[in-house]
Amino acid sequence: MSETESVGVLFADYGWLLDTAAYDDWLALFSEMSLYQIMPRENLDAGFAASLIYCRGKDMLRDRITSLRDVNKFNIHTTRHIIGRSRVGTPSGGLIPAVTPFAVYQTDQEGVSQLFAVGAYDSLLSRQGGALQLESQIVQLDTFSVPTLLSDPL
Amino acid sequence: MPPDIAWPRNDYSRVPFALYHDPEIYERERALIFGGKAWCYLGLEAEIPNKGDFKTSFAGDIPVLLSRDLDGQIHAVVNRCTHRGALVRREMRGNARSHVCIYHRWCFGLDGKLIGIPLRKGVGGAGGISPDFDPAEHPLKPFRLGAVNGALFGTLADDAEALDDYLGPAVRAQICRVLHKPVRVLGYQRQRMQGNWKMYAENTRDNYHAGLLHSFATAFALDRATMQGGAVMDARHRHNYTYQIADSDSQAAAERVYADAQPEAFRLKLRDPRYLDVRRERDDNMRSVITSLFPNAVFAQAGNSLVIRQIRPKRADLVEIVFTLLGYQDDDADMNERRLLTANMSGPAGYIAMEDGEAVEIVAAATRSQQAEHSVIEIGGRGALPEQFGRATDVALRGFWSYYAELMGIEPADGVR
Repeated sequence: MSETESVGVLFADYGWLLDTAAYDDWLALFSEMSLYQIMPRENLDAGFAASLIYCRGKDMLRDRITSLRDVNKFNIHTTRHIIGRSRVGTPSGGLIPAVTPFAVYQTDQEGVSQLFAVGAYDSLLSRQGGALQLESQIVQLDTFSVPTLLSDPL
Repeated sequence: MPPDIAWPRNDYSRVPFALYHDPEIYERERALIFGGKAWCYLGLEAEIPNKGDFKTSFAGDIPVLLSRDLDGQIHAVVNRCTHRGALVRREMRGNARSHVCIYHRWCFGLDGKLIGIPLRKGVGGAGGISPDFDPAEHPLKPFRLGAVNGALFGTLADDAEALDDYLGPAVRAQICRVLHKPVRVLGYQRQRMQGNWKMYAENTRDNYHAGLLHSFATAFALDRATMQGGAVMDARHRHNYTYQIADSDSQAAAERVYADAQPEAFRLKLRDPRYLDVRRERDDNMRSVITSLFPNAVFAQAGNSLVIRQIRPKRADLVEIVFTLLGYQDDDADMNERRLLTANMSGPAGYIAMEDGEAVEIVAAATRSQQAEHSVIEIGGRGALPEQFGRATDVALRGFWSYYAELMGIEPADGVR
């Protein structure tokens, strides 16, 4: 399997695990030191550092999941990730860069689906014992005027 | 003719739902609040630091253009060409020597004055603008501009009171506290809610919903109503701030109060609590101070988090909240990183903020169909409006509605002020 195909398989899992709320398995795609950040496109373009979600290390991402499961309240919905093909760059220092477009639809309890978010994953991946892992996952969010609220990870 | 609003009581402890939904009400707000006597928060001097910098903003849904001219003076104008009514500046921010409308290239100075009209003398002897046309009479419509430590406010009413009188000394002091030294913008967060802007204005004025709706605050023992604190309104009761004092309650007292309300309270531990760790940076002991300004802004300090929220109504049933995240220009690297981590607390994904979007939308969903029904706003009592009161009350909401009704010309007989 080519590197591009391997990255594609990882993101097929990534979207499916989020859409089925299999968050522990989703977390397993990240390394312990990973960075996860959701950045409004507006801030990226203007050079501002602030984000919507900023998890420095996997424990902060685990806390997000704990809070999502047990604490935060949100609009009752399901999600569907539509993830496009990754543009995989040249590996450097053991890290594989990849940029991957995505769209997320949300569906409410009455069965009404709406586009919730569009953007691109700006990722750095590494190989650990044969398997690919996310070392850095920066979600570039085109839809930075977030409809209602952003509860589950993109 | 003002619409006939049937207030069940004169102390605003009952608010008819029509005020959220009626399109006539929304039109009237455009004229009498956002385009009228209210001072609207427009932005920060720090967002246009250099000569020629501009940014677009809104007063209600009236488009605003803020510019810093080549002498360093700041101007606020309605962002609408005096020719045919097009947006003059379409970009959100930038730097320029003038503002040119793309439609017919009418050109305005950074101060809003009309300085150029193409084909003014016509083409081949035909056309051209009327000989007695005076460009000086057709500038971009100016706002009266006021500033508090670099926070910019504007009003379109010539007879509006002075900004400092409008804010009152106690509330003004809270803006100064947040902006007590030069700030730097760290970025923006935006959230769109399917509901009326006043649902959000109410949300920011009832401080105690934080410990009930935003379960994160109590689950991780971060913010709870048992902490000592209070709430203050200006003399006209249109603005308010609530404050909490750090380390001012005991775990045991908090657990007693919340025992019935929230079984999950205080049970959880964060694996990485770095974003809750506050580095003290002021002489006072305030854990947080949240200041809500009529009609469209919230200035908030919570730990090391500094955020200004601007309420931007889009329609009667749609509102955008723009969160401007700030640091101070002299922040060291450690403090800068702390502020970036506190971004997790605010905005549409904020651990103790995201639920506000759902709160607004469930109020909108359930009130639309029966607009003669009303809310019940009497936690903290009814009757006259006090200037100081406890945090866990709805009193500031009644103050908001009192001033709202005055501006809208819809006060009930003997309405409290």
